[in-house]
Amino acid sequence: MPARRPIRIDAIKLILWTVGGGLILLALIGAVLTLGQGRISPSSWQNLVVAGIALGSVYALIALGYTLVYGILFMINFAHGEVFMWGAFSSWFMAAGLNEVGFMDSNPVFAFVLVLATAMLISMLVAVLLERIAYRPLRNAPRLVPLITAIGASLFLQYTARGFFGSGVRAFPGYNLFEGVIDLGFFRIDIDDMVVILAAIGLMLALYFFINQTRTGRAMRAVSEDKDVAAMMGINVDRIIVTTFAIGGLLAGSAAILYTLIFNQVHFFMGFLPGIKAFTAAVLGGIGNIIGAAIGGLILGILEQVGPNLFLTGYNIPSPNQLQDVIAFSVLVLVLIFRPSGLLGRKENV
Amino acid sequence: MTDTTATTVDPRPDHTGAGHRGDTLLELEDVHVFYGNIEALKGISLNVARGEIVTLIGSNGAGKSTTLRAISGTHRPRSGSIRLAGSAIHNLPPHEIVSKGIAHSPEGRKVFSRMSVFENLQMGAFSRHGERIDDDVARVFDLFPRLRERRSQKAGTMSGGEQQMLAMGRALMARPSILLLDEPSMGLSPILTEQIFKIIEEINAQGTTVLLVEQNALMALNAAHRGYVIQTGRIILADTAANLAANEQVRQAYLGEI
Ligand SMILES: Nc1ncnc2c1ncn2[C@@H]1O[C@H](COP(=O)(O)OP(=O)(O)OP(=O)(O)O)[C@@H](O)[C@H]1O
Ligand SMILES: [Mg+2]
Repeated sequence: MPARRPIRIDAIKLILWTVGGGLILLALIGAVLTLGQGRISPSSWQNLVVAGIALGSVYALIALGYTLVYGILFMINFAHGEVFMWGAFSSWFMAAGLNEVGFMDSNPVFAFVLVLATAMLISMLVAVLLERIAYRPLRNAPRLVPLITAIGASLFLQYTARGFFGSGVRAFPGYNLFEGVIDLGFFRIDIDDMVVILAAIGLMLALYFFINQTRTGRAMRAVSEDKDVAAMMGINVDRIIVTTFAIGGLLAGSAAILYTLIFNQVHFFMGFLPGIKAFTAAVLGGIGNIIGAAIGGLILGILEQVGPNLFLTGYNIPSPNQLQDVIAFSVLVLVLIFRPSGLLGRKENV
Repeated sequence: MTDTTATTVDPRPDHTGAGHRGDTLLELEDVHVFYGNIEALKGISLNVARGEIVTLIGSNGAGKSTTLRAISGTHRPRSGSIRLAGSAIHNLPPHEIVSKGIAHSPEGRKVFSRMSVFENLQMGAFSRHGERIDDDVARVFDLFPRLRERRSQKAGTMSGGEQQMLAMGRALMARPSILLLDEPSMGLSPILTEQIFKIIEEINAQGTTVLLVEQNALMALNAAHRGYVIQTGRIILADTAANLAANEQVRQAYLGEI
């Protein structure tokens, strides 16, 4: 007969589950109250969802950078938000220059491509340098060491940007290319939101194809399973790691441009919140999982746009949209409490 | 008793598949390998001639896997030299050593479990930089018909025996001149073990040199032309397989006879 185990209540777990359950309950009650009041029209809800998908696509692109690097090195590249910020900043100079000489108006499509290419290139460069200078020397150090280095690198990148470009907010010269609205009567969408969503989908499909169908993509998967055996197959593991950072950088650079399409401004601290939110998205989807990062980004973007209105309006909180960030971090806390391996995560990754 | 310069003698006249057996293909000289401060290999010297099957036998922790890791470059020796067809390889990174013609099928199979059988074979041919591999895949499937049926199955969901076949097939995809096999019979049923050993002889007959690490000394000495016995990081015996199988010391220590 098996011995009966005494029922052990883990106090910390109990507190966490109560907090988590309480948050969810509050949100549900809020949602019921809000919908009961009926102050927000269906078309406003629809706009919020579209805005959420656009923002979520940007988070997804950044989150892919976290998840790719984690999949290969099992480290969180906390400087990834700064990779994003440097892309945005460098492209501001390109855009401002093109605007100055009138190229933006005379040749808007080509100008946009140039600005996008600048952001992608600079972000890629920053990501690759980060790997070479900050992380590679610590490849075999205990896991905490590269983590602390990442935070240091993040501060370094932020404050060099501040030193070079100042701490002011700079307005991004708009491309009149993407002004306007598509209105189908039952459904309307801003053209820039649509561009953001389509571009993000295109990039994610390209990444998915790359990882699954190309020689280098296969090598990346091999390295993420077992570096030693990958090397035995003839894979240059260092080169694959650099490639991974480069791809993460390219995606962050494109995310930066899409982000400026939505928010029209850059500043030295702009990488911090999107970085942390994209990290949240990656954890939500299951860090290390590529599809998870995409899904996590979308869910977080939608929650952030719809959530404050849905959960908080009912409590008559004055301006619920100010609390967007609270929603994002509540999601992070809830995921860590209830499902630390994320929606699609593998158990062994935790 | 140590005779590391034993000349190549083929004790098995029926074993004539390989062509010009004789010239030294792989040569280790006074190889020392450390894990931190622990000296796992204390001066290993051995050689493998083209066309041979050479086996390295020894008890747990003797340094067999470490020797293979040193050869394939996955753990670099601190001193000593390793030469392939006369040129030194001990300073090359592992991914360059494969393209020189050494394929390593590691202990415990280590197949890429999240990849399909076919993708694992593709990975095996990675060092050949995108050459056509259809013929090689067909050859591996002929050697291991079971793999053909499992072509699209995720490697991690296959049985231990199937994974062993895949690990060997994957190593063959590099078209190596020498194949390093680390305990291919580990955890397999006696019947499957016998099959695997037949296939090793077949691979050798098709012209691939084999360095075989085994716990199953009897089977290994049956298949091999020559053998080395390793104990706590040193080669203590080197002889033809037939002589080793008849050796009192070997029979007591490794063939389970008292
Ligand atoms: N990664 C490692 N770190 C530290 N010591 C190691 C490491 N790998 C092996 N060793 C040590 O080196 C020695 C040789 O190990 P090795 O794996 O080569 O033995 P082996 O002959 O292959 O044994 P087995 O038959 O059990 O596979 C052992 O004493 C082992 O403890
Ligand atoms: Mg071993």
